[in-house]
Amino acid sequence: MIINHPLLGPRDSQEFIYLGDAALIHRPDGMAEGALERFVDYTYLRDNPAGSHRELWYHEQGDRSWLVVTRDTTTHEITAVEMARDVARAEGRSK
Amino acid sequence: MRYSGLRVIAEALTGHKGWKPAWRDPAPQASYDYIIVGGGGHGLATAYYLAKEFKQARIAVLEKGWIGGGNVGRNTTIVRSNYLLDGNEPFYEFSMKLWEGLEQDFNYNAMVSQRGIINLFHTDAQRDAATRRGNAMIMHGADAELLNKEQVRSLYPFLNFENARFPIKGALMQRRGGTVRHDAVAWGYARGADQRGVDIIQNCEVTGMRIENGRMLGVETSRGFIGAKKVGVAVAGSSSKVMAHAGMRLPMESHVLQAFVSEGLKPLIDGVITYGAGHFYVSQSDKGGLVFGGDIDGYNSYAQRGNMPVVEDVAEGGMSLMPMIGRARLLRMWGGIMDMSMDGSPIIDKTDTEGLYFNGGWCYGGFKATPASGWAFAHLLATDQPHKTATAYRFDRFAKGLMIDEKGQGAQPNLH
Repeated sequence: MIINHPLLGPRDSQEFIYLGDAALIHRPDGMAEGALERFVDYTYLRDNPAGSHRELWYHEQGDRSWLVVTRDTTTHEITAVEMARDVARAEGRSK
Repeated sequence: MRYSGLRVIAEALTGHKGWKPAWRDPAPQASYDYIIVGGGGHGLATAYYLAKEFKQARIAVLEKGWIGGGNVGRNTTIVRSNYLLDGNEPFYEFSMKLWEGLEQDFNYNAMVSQRGIINLFHTDAQRDAATRRGNAMIMHGADAELLNKEQVRSLYPFLNFENARFPIKGALMQRRGGTVRHDAVAWGYARGADQRGVDIIQNCEVTGMRIENGRMLGVETSRGFIGAKKVGVAVAGSSSKVMAHAGMRLPMESHVLQAFVSEGLKPLIDGVITYGAGHFYVSQSDKGGLVFGGDIDGYNSYAQRGNMPVVEDVAEGGMSLMPMIGRARLLRMWGGIMDMSMDGSPIIDKTDTEGLYFNGGWCYGGFKATPASGWAFAHLLATDQPHKTATAYRFDRFAKGLMIDEKGQGAQPNLH
């Protein structure tokens, strides 16, 4: 698979480490009410869809940026690649 | 029809005209007492033991494709019970005992071959770990033997013992481990279940579940609604997809695992060799092909095919273990979809929906578990109590911190 890095252009997926569902960006607040259930959910449960999947890839052997890659899990086709930083900010994270 | 040597001779003398299809192809009835979703090894074994051991009737197995077309026909056929942890070893040893009597039990030649499996080690620390695991196996009634370097050499003189990074120091041997013809396991269980009245319905995909007030009423399928009070799901890589029909999210990711077969070669490897440090394991089929594989590709996938980097990784592992494998040509390679649970261990449990039961999360180790998984799942379906060897395979173990982290990893190595 070739991941079209927004800054570096097309890179082989072997340069990356895979983490999983991009929902992992939203780590629960450990101090909030019901934090325990939310952390169990966050740590262990996954949507695991067959089809379009937004997922986190880390460019370890490159610029060490985190990317959000939108990929079809039934064909491995990659349809979008974004900087995880931009995605997190757009989804309301401050840093 | 009962299969036997006499039967083969009788058929040979009469032009093989007497053989009948090994199971029926029934149309689905309006309702059943039990529906098993998934006609793979585990689903068929569940139906078989449900009918045979637990004396239940009105059972259907629903399969979206054809039986034996999923992971039971895609694995590398290895059976073993060389686990360490209390939650696992009694279960896998139960499975091994069932393998040993399986062919007589279901009257089908599954080519069970206890040819021995070795796990290589390369350091003193790994030797200690292998000793500990071997002792745990023996305490649970399994067999284990620690081999030194020379004993390994006498078995497999062609291995690369002086590899600079992973020199072979010895191995943990389980002589009762080995291989089983995987398709025949599916066929044998299908035939045995069919003979006991189980309806095996192929080309019947579950597209929804009818649940009212938290009770299971039945499943919507591509062949219409089928009612059932108890539904057991055993669909391996499609677990998340099917359980989503009941509104459940599972502690699982689906990943692709590749396997490979070389061209047919003369007899070379008479057992199973696993080389964990190099992400490589190999055995030789009775047709002569080297059957080998390595690690999962490492990203979510439902594609039943992998990518080249893992092919290269597996080939490198093979070359570092037995350099002569470089002279063999690859004949076939394929992928299967693994339901990777987050701690690497399976789940056989009830759900919050009354009448809905789940069996999955077998990661890349489901084949060896087939008989015990079927037995334990049938036990749960019939009695609503977990089988005594499967009490740890619960959904709530993640929330309670009771993970069974045999390898310390599931879908990802960073979860524990």
